[in-house]
Amino acid sequence: MDAVISGIGQSAVGRRLFRSGLELTIDAALEAIADAGLTVADIDGLATYPGAFPGGPPGFSGPGSPDLQDALRLEVNWHRGGIEGAAQLSALVDAAAAVHAGLARHVLVYRTVTESTAQAKGREGIGLSGGGGGGGGGAPKMGGSLQWSIPMRAYSAANWLAMNCRRHMHEFGTTEAQLAQIALNGRRNAGRNPRAVYRDPLTLDDYFAGRMITTPFRLFDCDAPVDGSTAVIVSAPEHARAVDHPVARIDAVGTALRGRPSWDQFDDMTTMAARDAGAMLWERTSLTAADVDVAELYDGFSFLSMVWLEALGFCGKGESGPFIEDGTRIALDGELPLNTHGGQLSAGRLHGFGFIHEAVLQLRGEASDRQVARRSGGGPEVAAVANGGGPVAGALLLVREDGR
Amino acid sequence: MSDAPFRVLPAVDDENRFFWTAGAEGELRFLRCQSCGYWLHPPAPYCPGCGGRDVAPEAVSGRGQVWSFTVNHHPWDGTPEPWNIVLVELDEQPGLRLTSNLVGVANDDLRIGMPVQVTFEEHDGVWFPLFESAEADREVGA
Repeated sequence: MDAVISGIGQSAVGRRLFRSGLELTIDAALEAIADAGLTVADIDGLATYPGAFPGGPPGFSGPGSPDLQDALRLEVNWHRGGIEGAAQLSALVDAAAAVHAGLARHVLVYRTVTESTAQAKGREGIGLSGGGGGGGGGAPKMGGSLQWSIPMRAYSAANWLAMNCRRHMHEFGTTEAQLAQIALNGRRNAGRNPRAVYRDPLTLDDYFAGRMITTPFRLFDCDAPVDGSTAVIVSAPEHARAVDHPVARIDAVGTALRGRPSWDQFDDMTTMAARDAGAMLWERTSLTAADVDVAELYDGFSFLSMVWLEALGFCGKGESGPFIEDGTRIALDGELPLNTHGGQLSAGRLHGFGFIHEAVLQLRGEASDRQVARRSGGGPEVAAVANGGGPVAGALLLVREDGR
Repeated sequence: MSDAPFRVLPAVDDENRFFWTAGAEGELRFLRCQSCGYWLHPPAPYCPGCGGRDVAPEAVSGRGQVWSFTVNHHPWDGTPEPWNIVLVELDEQPGLRLTSNLVGVANDDLRIGMPVQVTFEEHDGVWFPLFESAEADREVGA
């Protein structure tokens, strides 16, 4: 698609910030707009995931696009918000398509979460009143697709994906110690990222001492709820010449969902939608997995990064366990540096957009202590970004393009 | 049912009543294409196998195997005791699966491939299809 990421911005990121989602979003948006060499008046498009989402998990949705549009008094030619589509990346993909189609020239794209503060305010868990025998009492009755999981006490994506991970272990011999490498790698990298929420060293013993959440997922396999907002500006490609730093050209996107859109009916439980998004990504570029210098692959749960390593062809199907086993390949100085900011496991659950932000920083050579280098010399030129898990997946290939 | 766990109830309506109430007659029912025999789940008024529009609930055998499982330790619903969640693939059709719970099997004894048989747990007129081990020689756990 003919579009570039010309600017990025991020609010404060942390636990229990007790700041409003709109305030965090404005921080991120203004930073991104200035970074792109623009003013608020230049923004003519607006996109977010998931948009205002009343009734969703506390702190999950962030402000809807009308809230931000009104706060900044944006005059937009194109705007969208929504949760259906190719995971969190759907907002960015739509923005790139809108720019490509000429519907907008500079689209502000953002994702905001306040899950940490929301949980601190006393709405821990999913708000069910339970503990006794018998029926649902005052709890809402579950319709739609969730009727097939929640009434069966499969309350969380942690439960659903734990079963995918267990199936992967059964089919391919993947081990818990291999799974741990995603968490350990993330924590090592977070130690070099001042914005990461968990930076203390984590050992394999620490990992195994973490409380069990849902087998085989332990505490450190699950990402950390935070407050924070990330914004990017998607611009027409000629704007690259107007900024004083490299931009990230959107080389290809993967938005496919060729299997069934279901957590428990998908044909191959060991990969699910990542398989399709990954396949489509490589169908739309002349680049290959071997060209990728840095990979920012969603780790809402550790297992998902392994799924993406396979789905994007960085290793063979079922081979992600051996691929990451000693941690060297995915380390900052390895052949495929992975989740260089710490991922959501250690940098915090910015829900997809943290990976976009980090990929652009790396391509621009602005990742300071955690900057990766190309093995052949120079900075990274190609970054892969993936969002989502289960029946929800989106993939993105970014290529560095020098500014003026 | 005094030892039955807390459960969120499904919102029973005209589209899913056949599923959530069939346990009263000891049956597990899915929609089935009346033209080609394909089993549909979740319910939909169209057969992706043959394009047929004539679909109706029918009982399956209730036999299947554990496709995957997890033992949950986090008290999402306030229950401190760990519980299992299983994904059961039914014998009738590859990929025809239910997320459910296995009863009468110790958490340490769960394994993929375990043959299982449906059983039911009733809450407020809703019959939850759960599963129990169908390994004849198995000592079921407490």
